[in-house]
Amino acid sequence: MADHFIEDKSTKVAVNLEGMGEKVNFNDLKSGGFIKQRQKDLFAVRLRCPGGRLSTKKLVEISKIADKYSKKGVVHFSFRQSLEILYVDYKEFTNIVAELEKIGQKVASCGPRVRVPTACGGCEYNPNGLTDTQKMAEMVDQKFFGTPTPHKFKTSFSGCPIDCARTKEMDFGFQGVVEPVWDEPLCTGCTICAQACKEDAIVSDPDSGKPIFDPSKCIFCGDCIRACPTESWKAKRYGHTVRIGGKHGRHPMEAVEVCQFLPDGKVAEAIEKTVEWYNANGKRGERIGNTLKRVGLKNYLDFMEPVFKSGEAPLFKAPGK
Amino acid sequence: MADIKSDALLDLRGVMCPINFVKTKLKLETMEEGEVLELVIDDGEPIQNVPKSIKEEGHKIVEVKKEKEGFFRLKIQKG
Repeated sequence: MADHFIEDKSTKVAVNLEGMGEKVNFNDLKSGGFIKQRQKDLFAVRLRCPGGRLSTKKLVEISKIADKYSKKGVVHFSFRQSLEILYVDYKEFTNIVAELEKIGQKVASCGPRVRVPTACGGCEYNPNGLTDTQKMAEMVDQKFFGTPTPHKFKTSFSGCPIDCARTKEMDFGFQGVVEPVWDEPLCTGCTICAQACKEDAIVSDPDSGKPIFDPSKCIFCGDCIRACPTESWKAKRYGHTVRIGGKHGRHPMEAVEVCQFLPDGKVAEAIEKTVEWYNANGKRGERIGNTLKRVGLKNYLDFMEPVFKSGEAPLFKAPGK
Repeated sequence: MADIKSDALLDLRGVMCPINFVKTKLKLETMEEGEVLELVIDDGEPIQNVPKSIKEEGHKIVEVKKEKEGFFRLKIQKG
């Protein structure tokens, strides 16, 4: 769907509305989330669903409201995991917002601000998950949703290096990692870890079968820890690889890695400081990736040093040798 | 490593993921807690995935032997 938001044309819409004598609360529209459709008078109403998670009870209530207000009886799952109720007449905005409010469902944002975070399932139920991405997405949504920025500011949380939430394409992305540590006395030399490692970071000693670990190849996915039958491979610490400056769209950019093991407790601070830096340095309509290119990554890293030093790259002792 | 006595044998050579894991799971369900299942699986994807899944289901891998012909012999104690 095109980024064609009513708030950018608020004056025009206001004039039209006056002529029709309709009452629309423009404070509702300011938050965004009402997206003009091709069809006259009809809009998509985008809901705020951080991490794409909804309780079944709420989903039932939303579907009743959608059924009532969608002229075509359809919803769409947005590319950022939120539900959009399509074909809603703008004259009914006040009513639909009030009904959604009653069931505790907020309307999402669009435009130049911090957007609803996206997230994979995370460690709560996904076997690969290393971080609680859903909890983090909820926290970030509570704390930062709608904060004004020079241009849109998209965040996401992936629970592991498979990176389903595409942190490399986000303005600011967090991807779960685990630092493995090997406890030799527990190792039986079974070689499963070397088989489980898809990065060739672990090879088995030909005589003892014990692991020879190359930390430079490790992507911190934790496959060795999960495969090890004897708990010889353990988790030393969990954290987030932090990436900044990615985007998709007409001119995609890949985000750069700026911190390797940021602990959960520092995520909010990292976002707060980054938004502060972006607001101080970004030009209107400029994504943070382009601000970084123009101002220089070093300027940003210096500013973030107090936060990012808590997630410095691990110092490995290569086991097996 | 002393050989651990097994109560049942399942040869899953040539069986793909995740069917090999499902078959293992079904076999373990017919067994008593503490009993040991001897499992033969292929090198490659099966050995990358099956042990992880077995652990996640709460069973214990008590012995692992790599065989020369490109497969693994695991002993799993039902948890």
